[in-house]
Amino acid sequence: MRVGQVLSHRAFQPTLVGALFLFAMFVMPSVLDATWIFNFTQMAIYAIVAASVGMLYGRVGLVSLGQVAPYGIGAWVTIRLAYLTDVPYPGVFPLLLIAGGLVAAIFGLLIGLPALRVSGLYLALVTLLLAVGIEIALNRIKLPTGGPGFRGVAFAIGDREPMPRPFVADGDVAFFRYAVIVAFVMFMIAVAFLASKPGRAWASVSQSEPSALASGINITRYKLLAFGLAAFMAGVAGGLYGAHVQSNSSIAQFDRQAALFLIAVVLMGGITSLWGAVLAAFFATIMLPFLTQNVIGHNFWNDFALTIFGIGLMINLIQTTKAMEKKGLLE
Amino acid sequence: MIEITDLSVQFGGVRSLDQVTLTFPGGTCGLIGPNGAGKTTLFNVMSGFVTPVSGRVVIDDIDLLDMPDYARARWGVRRTFQTVQAIESLTVYENVLTVHEHAAKGSRSDTQDAVDDVLAFVGLTDVRDKVVRTLSQRDRRFIEVARAIVGAPRIVLFDEPAAGLPEEETEHLAEIIRSVPERTGATAILVDHDMSLVQACCEWTAVLDFGRLVAAGPTADVLHDERVLAAYVGDEEA
Ligand SMILES: Nc1ncnc2c1ncn2[C@@H]1O[C@H](COP(=O)(O)OP(=O)(O)OP(=O)(O)O)[C@@H](O)[C@H]1O
Ligand SMILES: [Mg+2]
Repeated sequence: MRVGQVLSHRAFQPTLVGALFLFAMFVMPSVLDATWIFNFTQMAIYAIVAASVGMLYGRVGLVSLGQVAPYGIGAWVTIRLAYLTDVPYPGVFPLLLIAGGLVAAIFGLLIGLPALRVSGLYLALVTLLLAVGIEIALNRIKLPTGGPGFRGVAFAIGDREPMPRPFVADGDVAFFRYAVIVAFVMFMIAVAFLASKPGRAWASVSQSEPSALASGINITRYKLLAFGLAAFMAGVAGGLYGAHVQSNSSIAQFDRQAALFLIAVVLMGGITSLWGAVLAAFFATIMLPFLTQNVIGHNFWNDFALTIFGIGLMINLIQTTKAMEKKGLLE
Repeated sequence: MIEITDLSVQFGGVRSLDQVTLTFPGGTCGLIGPNGAGKTTLFNVMSGFVTPVSGRVVIDDIDLLDMPDYARARWGVRRTFQTVQAIESLTVYENVLTVHEHAAKGSRSDTQDAVDDVLAFVGLTDVRDKVVRTLSQRDRRFIEVARAIVGAPRIVLFDEPAAGLPEEETEHLAEIIRSVPERTGATAILVDHDMSLVQACCEWTAVLDFGRLVAAGPTADVLHDERVLAAYVGDEEA
């Protein structure tokens, strides 16, 4: 993986990416109020999770409805470690994010192994079970809130402490910039993979497994790598989420409904390029809150939107399954 | 030399290969037969996509069937597909590179040289950096060929590489296929319904019909063999 090779690859559009990055770093903080800064921070975080789902589906052909699981695991690990270390020194927080990402990635690999025996709609179902699993687990152990013991949960509201933020990004605007930078780095890591040997192997596997095999590609290994990388990205996003909401973290971020919502907005945003993830995050964290607050009532939107998303999701899954069958040489 | 012994493949009630015993002597060999004769099935057995009920495929004292499927390409079994499988979202260069980086060993610069070399050999240098999605069927056929012969293959299986190619291109393709053994040291097997292509490329040819070996030998003799003619005529009547 050489830097020049990555930067000149067509998966990376330097002008657009640079413009968006500079816009987020310097224009947005000066024009947005605190509420919107908060929402756009959530967007940067969500874009990472969306990119992990979009990459799995669009580049490797793996439908995962369970990316909330590594997202939640990363959140738990990073939040717990943040309370433990209290992040007093510069450079500690990135390590906590990486730790959350790595634990999520290990988990992703363990899950990936059995999940690889199934494909298409069945893989979607298996991964949805994961989302259910993480919901149950987090409901039981709760996210840490600065309390004692292994779980670190403070039960009385008064005992809760805000999760420590990175040394250099304690204020909301600074943390927004921090989240944008981390999202940028995660996207660049994804592009680095896509532009090199793994990306080519994934392109081959997603188009035709027989042809990939005939090229000497170890399909299992590359699918696992994809699961691991996607879980790492989602895990890092989870850690950011904890520091973003501090003492107000909510398990609703990682439940079944969030899982279906995630795949729905990712499909709406588009899975053929990483831009789709940015768009998906925009739908989920900016447009949707805007609509609920200003245009239509909360309940109406919730019921109606989820129905529409559900239908869209089913149609898309059916089409994908058909396309896969058509491509399969051994059918 | 590829020695196939007593090879049988069963799909439900269909016996796609029936106790086939056959030795490809080397060079570029032809493998012909009517539709459904079992030609692609034989290739699929060699690539590891299909597990036979019995039989052996031995090359250089190694039984191919003992090797895991993905390891076979690394060992040197390469092929093209009847329906072109070039990777749509990658460039021509990346398509061939992908095979080389998985199926062959070598440093980065060796790889680059090998890929560019084979692109020049099949005549794709002009479209080297084009994404396959934007290219014609003709270009895709040649990409598929380039993917099969890059690096150091030991066996190259061509499954109807000329299908859909205009005649003047077929000659260019014949030159490529004919020179594979000399260029790479591999044994090439050509499956095609275009008899003039088979004649132009192969000194030696085997004929399958309904999963059985009908004839094998020098191409000119085989093409005039009565049993072979009967197999084709029978097919047309059916
Ligand atoms: N995966 C499979 N499942 C079931 N039957 C199969 C499968 N693959 C091949 N067959 C059957 O095996 C027989 C031989 O097929 P094969 O594709 O090997 O023929 P072929 O000689 O390549 O024909 P063609 O010239 O049409 O490509 C056919 O009857 C086919 O229907
Ligand atoms: Mg065939």
